[in-house]
Amino acid sequence: MTLLTVLTYPDPQLKIESEPVSKFDDALRIFIADLEQTMRASPGGVGIAAPQVGCTQRIVIVDVSSKPKIQQHGRLILINPEIEQWEGMAKGREGCMSVPDFTGNVIRAERIHLKAQDEFGEFHQYDMQGYEARAVQHECDHLDGLLFLDRLVSRRHDLFPRKKV
Amino acid sequence: MKWYMLTLVGKDRPGIVAHVTSALFEGGCNLGETSMLRLGGNFTIMMMVSFNGNKHALQDMITGVAESLGLQVHIDAIDAKLHQHIEPDVSITVYGADRAGIVAKVTGALSEVGFHILDLESDVGGTEAQPIYVMYIDGKANEGIEAVEATLDLIRQEGIEVHLTPIDTMVG
Repeated sequence: MTLLTVLTYPDPQLKIESEPVSKFDDALRIFIADLEQTMRASPGGVGIAAPQVGCTQRIVIVDVSSKPKIQQHGRLILINPEIEQWEGMAKGREGCMSVPDFTGNVIRAERIHLKAQDEFGEFHQYDMQGYEARAVQHECDHLDGLLFLDRLVSRRHDLFPRKKV
Repeated sequence: MKWYMLTLVGKDRPGIVAHVTSALFEGGCNLGETSMLRLGGNFTIMMMVSFNGNKHALQDMITGVAESLGLQVHIDAIDAKLHQHIEPDVSITVYGADRAGIVAKVTGALSEVGFHILDLESDVGGTEAQPIYVMYIDGKANEGIEAVEATLDLIRQEGIEVHLTPIDTMVG
């Protein structure tokens, strides 16, 4: 496996919209293994998207299993992911391997329903919430050339977080 | 390049930031991290300025624009670096009927449990007859969030509303 170089803003490749994956072959699975190793090599990294390493294909990896006491699906390989339903809003702090030494608040949907393929092309459906849903929304944004910087809200002036329903 | 902390304070009016930062840019300065906000009808600016000259040269550069805008100027040479952020892990909001000593009481309790304040802003709302005090704090709980919660419980018993929210930054 190979550690891939993570592109950092203002690299223009981070702003490119990625193409759907159509070939589910060994080359794809080797790339995914490298991408996952790159994510795990980054301190605190719980997700990565292919465009972060210069590959503009709709491939995302998320694994929030290191976080205690949250609902989550473990290691997720999400290819051609489509968020089909959104519900609720929550403000949370985000950082990004492609934006070092800066974190900021972003509003994300609290719960999402997601459809995606795995590395063999099989379709899966997921219902997720909270931290995991935030990570998936952050990574899916990368596939559309969006960074969390595009969605920043004030670090202050939101007196108390809304009660979760 | 040397770093200076440049502080400017004066009666608020539109255009202060544009005029001040233009003068600094034309004088060859670069800005680092800054904080600029309106406090009680005054506009306050604190900014890291990198400049390849001495304090007097920086003072001369800013005096004209500061006088024209009615701003007081203070300059300190500082030992500073960019890219030294500490990531907060707790956000605390405090509110209550305004009374003397809220800030001292809350921050004193936080200090005793090793809480490191990274960002604090406070405001007074309500009416003149019934002012309310609101404070936002972001910081790092060096001795754990449980210790902070325990000390804030004591504050709550004195009728001050305090909310603690852990910050779990998602890095993707």
